[in-house]
Amino acid sequence: MLAAFLGFELIRKVSPLLHTPLMSLTNAIASISVVGAIILSGEKDASTLSRVLGFIAIVSATVNLVSGYMITDRMLKMFKKREPSGK
Amino acid sequence: MSVYQFLYILAAAGFILGLKWMSSPATSRRGVLTAEAGMLVAIIGTLLRGDIVNYETIGIAIVLGAIIGAPIAIFMPMTGVPQRTAISQACGALASALIGTAEYYKLKPHGFTMGALIVETLLGFLTVTASVMAWGKLQEVLPGRPVTYKGQFFVNMGVLVSAIVIGVMIVLNPERSELYPWFVALALTFGVFLILPIGGADMPTVIALLNSYAGLSSCAMGFALNNKLLIIAGALDGSSGFILSVIMCRAMNRSFANVLFGGFGQVQVSAGGQEARPVRSASAEEAAQILETAGSVVIIPGYGMAVAQAQHKIRELADALTKKGVDVRFAIHPVAGRMPGHMNVLLAEADVSYDKLIEMEDINPEMAMTDVVLIVGANDIVNPAAETDPGSPIAGMPILAAYKARTVMVIKRSMGVGFAGIDNDLYYRPNTIMLFGDAKAFASSLVKELAAA
Repeated sequence: MLAAFLGFELIRKVSPLLHTPLMSLTNAIASISVVGAIILSGEKDASTLSRVLGFIAIVSATVNLVSGYMITDRMLKMFKKREPSGK
Repeated sequence: MSVYQFLYILAAAGFILGLKWMSSPATSRRGVLTAEAGMLVAIIGTLLRGDIVNYETIGIAIVLGAIIGAPIAIFMPMTGVPQRTAISQACGALASALIGTAEYYKLKPHGFTMGALIVETLLGFLTVTASVMAWGKLQEVLPGRPVTYKGQFFVNMGVLVSAIVIGVMIVLNPERSELYPWFVALALTFGVFLILPIGGADMPTVIALLNSYAGLSSCAMGFALNNKLLIIAGALDGSSGFILSVIMCRAMNRSFANVLFGGFGQVQVSAGGQEARPVRSASAEEAAQILETAGSVVIIPGYGMAVAQAQHKIRELADALTKKGVDVRFAIHPVAGRMPGHMNVLLAEADVSYDKLIEMEDINPEMAMTDVVLIVGANDIVNPAAETDPGSPIAGMPILAAYKARTVMVIKRSMGVGFAGIDNDLYYRPNTIMLFGDAKAFASSLVKELAAA
C-alpha cells in the first residue's frame, strides 16, 4: 500500500514530456519477476515442471529487462537541451 | 537481517529514487541508471539467498534473455517504441504468469497464498495476449480499426466472469487442478477480447493500463511468494501504469469503461448527409511565404508525422524558420500518437530541444496571439467540434485550440477523417489552408522554398 501511494506521488510529478521513457522504465521494473523466477527454478528440490517454466520465465523477464533499460536510456540520451549557440 | 534482505531494501530504494529522478529530463538518465543498479542488486541478492543451487541454468537463461533483448532495444526505430513496449510487456507478463503456474502445481497452496496466485496468473495471462494483440494492432499486422459486434460487452464480461468463477473455485479447493487449464484458457481469451474493440487512438491508454496489470501481477506474485521486493516493485509499476492511463483518459474526456468497451466509429451516420464544403488549399511556395512572414509559428504534430517519419524534416523546417527570426514552438497534446509522450520522443530523436515542446495547458492561452499554426498529421486533437458540438463523439475532449490562431495550415494526405471517424470542422474555416501531401515530402519542399527565398 505504501509503495502504491509512493508510486502515485512520484508519477504525478513526472512531466508528460517524459511519459514514454517512464513507461518503458516501469515496464522494465516489472521484470522484477525475474527474482521470483530465479527462486522458483533454482531451488534444490525444484521439479522438472518448475525448472522448465522457470527457465522460460527467466528468459522472457530478462528480454523485458534488458531491452527496457537499454531503450529507455537511448531515448533519454536524445532529450538534450540544445545550446543556444547551436552545434 | 541477512545479506539478501539488506540488498532487497537497497534495490527497492533504487527503484524509488530512479522514478523520482525521472521527473525531470535533466536527472532522468541518472534515474534510469539507479533503477538499473537496483535491479542488478536485486538479482545478486536473490542469487545469494543460499537456497539457490541451480546457477548454471539460471546463467544460461539470463544470457539468452539478454541476447534476445539487447538487439530489440538497439535496432528498434523510435517510431516503433509503442510496439516494443507492448511486446516487452507481453514478455514480462508471461514470466509472472508462468511462475504463478509453476508455483501452483508445486505447492497447491491454500487460502491467501492461493488467492494471490490466482490474481497473479489471471492478470499475467490476460496481459500476455492483450499485449500481443496491442502489438499486432500497432504493427498493423492486425486491422487497427476497432472490431465490434452486438453483445460484445456481454461476451467479454461472460469470459471474464467465468475466469473469475473458476479462479475462485480453485482457490476454495486447490486440489482440483483439472480446472486450472480452463482458467488459463479463459484468461488468455479475455486478453484477446479485451483489445479487439480498441482502436489505434486509444492505444496510449491501453498500453498504460496493461503496464499497470503487469505490475499488479508482479505485486500479487510478491504476496504469493512472500517477497517484499516483488510487492514494492510491482506496486510501483502498477500505480504508475494506472495513473498514466487515468491521465490519458482525462486527456480524452472519456471514462475507463468507455475506452475499454466503447469503440469509436459507430456514430458517424449523422454526418453523412453533408455535402462537400469548399476548402482552401495552397502550394508549398505560397505556404512558405506565409510562414516566412509570420512572427510566431506553433507546430502541432500528430500520428501522421510518426507514420510519415517526418520528424527530421519538420525539425529542419523549424530550424529554417528560426534562422529567419520566426519564433517556432511545438504544441504537444497528451494523447497525440500511439503512446503516452510519443511525440516528445520522436521530436527528441530529431534533435528538437525539449524546452520548445509546450504542453497543451501552457500553449492554449497563447494560441490567439499566434500568427500561424502548422498542423502535421493531427486531426481529432485539434477538432473544434470537441468544444462546440455536444453531440460529437469527442465532445468535451480537451483540444489544442489551433482554430484561435490567425492562420491555420494543415499538412494532410487527404480530406479523410481522423481516428474518431468524424469530420473536422477546422478544415472548412476561412482562416484554414490545407496543404495536401505526404508530411515528409511537403515539409522538405517547404524547407527548399524557404532556402530559395
